[in-house]
Amino acid sequence: MKQNKITERLVNGLLKENPTFVLMLGMCPTLAVTTSAINGLGMGLTTMVVLALSNMFISMLRRIIPDKVRIPAFIVIIASFVTVVELLLKAFIPFLYSALGLYIPLIVVNCIILGRAEAYASKNGVVSSLFDGIGMGLGFTCALTIIGAVRELIGAGELFGFAVMPESYVPCSIFVLAPGAFFVLAALTAIQNKVKTAGEKKGRDMSRIQSGCNSDCMNCQDTGCSKRFYDTSSKEDAINQSGNAAKVTAKKEGKNNG
Amino acid sequence: MSDLMKVSSNPHIRSKVTTSNIMLAVVIALLPAAGFGIFNFGLDALILIVITVATCVLTEYLYEKAMHKKITIGDFSCVVTGLLLALNLPSTAPWWIGVVGGIFAILVVKMLFGGLGQNFMNPALGARCFLLISYTSIMCNFDCDAYTGPTPLASLKAGESVNILDMVVGRTAGVIGETSMIAIVIGACFLILLGVIDLKIPGTYIITFVIFIVLFGGHGLDPAFVSAHLAGGGLMLGAFFMATDYVTSPVTKKGRYLYGVILGILTGIFRIFGPSAEGVSYAIILGNLLVPLIEKITMPKAFGKGGERA
Repeated sequence: MKQNKITERLVNGLLKENPTFVLMLGMCPTLAVTTSAINGLGMGLTTMVVLALSNMFISMLRRIIPDKVRIPAFIVIIASFVTVVELLLKAFIPFLYSALGLYIPLIVVNCIILGRAEAYASKNGVVSSLFDGIGMGLGFTCALTIIGAVRELIGAGELFGFAVMPESYVPCSIFVLAPGAFFVLAALTAIQNKVKTAGEKKGRDMSRIQSGCNSDCMNCQDTGCSKRFYDTSSKEDAINQSGNAAKVTAKKEGKNNG
Repeated sequence: MSDLMKVSSNPHIRSKVTTSNIMLAVVIALLPAAGFGIFNFGLDALILIVITVATCVLTEYLYEKAMHKKITIGDFSCVVTGLLLALNLPSTAPWWIGVVGGIFAILVVKMLFGGLGQNFMNPALGARCFLLISYTSIMCNFDCDAYTGPTPLASLKAGESVNILDMVVGRTAGVIGETSMIAIVIGACFLILLGVIDLKIPGTYIITFVIFIVLFGGHGLDPAFVSAHLAGGGLMLGAFFMATDYVTSPVTKKGRYLYGVILGILTGIFRIFGPSAEGVSYAIILGNLLVPLIEKITMPKAFGKGGERA
């Protein structure tokens, strides 16, 4: 039983609720540091360590932390681990530290970490919280490494720093600049949506994979995400919904398991 | 869809103006500039133009085929995109620049947003900026057989003097279609006479730009400096052929004036204060992004509305 739960958590983080491609959380580091595969991998692993440890500690302390001050308490725990990781990186992997720069301290406000603390770790046991953190962290790492690899391959003709493209290839440097991050993320999300719709057509239940509003943007008559921009009356509702959507799914998930 | 099947309330006016007519007129209007480019830069320019146009048409065809959509290459809009993009490339660019640019213009900027009429920025300019950022050294290499050295605008920025007659005729370095002011203006006159474009956007654009140059150019009302800025770079091509793109320019009358003013100021800022010599393409793209907002604030009131104020 316990074994099942651990694998279930890992698979959940990697695939079903992949924080980057499915939940669309933690976009700031996703877009900013994935200029190369090694940066993406480094950022992902750093976040994973913080996520797993903070999930574990928050789960341990969940009965002690009063409900009203839980967010500051979570932040304190997360910030402590981020500081530890930051100092370790500075001491042992200085090249990664300088590449990631500002984005290491910003892990504190990474919404994946706070989201998992709020949605899972504060309601579940220590072991499953730890593995939830590892699973989510792995999902994040995979996503960042894939985005970084694609950008590095097209934008610099390299992979993990090794030249893989033929010498005649002229790197398309927009892919290592900011716009490239959006191109690659959009393309990968589109592929994932394609897989999802193909699965739905075959009759498989794909409701667990969710992203976007799932409707036809071209013929959208202010019903989907555009509502948030144009219809001011429902603006707040829509924003609340969009902000909470991920958390709600995660909460449901937590209830099912808890 | 049959023309007889369109249902609307009367009175009905039948017009022979269709999308393909308009686009064909734009293609014809671009021919003087393209022809002069080929005369100026030689066979390289012709090959690049053919490759770029062919890529655009082929991309649109294949995308629509793969997506099981109606094939719309007959409306010539992809030919216009390809031609405009090719005229914005230096003749020294390798053939694959045309292919990459054409695919980006049609696939990413146009088709992914829903095809003609749905694209939020000019596909040719979007692709030009994509190429300019990605392959800066290739896109800024103007050393061909006929000319070496910087473009007139770059020399102007460096404080050197330029030959204005050469710039007006087009015997200078630059991208294929931008060098000859005369050829572009001939094409633009053709379009204006046909009624395809009007002078609202290009007129306000150029006038605002001139005022900006006089005020902030650092040379005051120096006719040589102002005319060099008018004849140099992509201003004419941009003002008459790209800022007037139906899809990405405002539909309201006031909006068109406002759009022209914004473009003029942006181009002036990029040329005078920016690090590079040219800024027309970035100015038009930024203007394109503002078009929905411009239309929103300049939408005319319906007849009878808002009477309480009068």
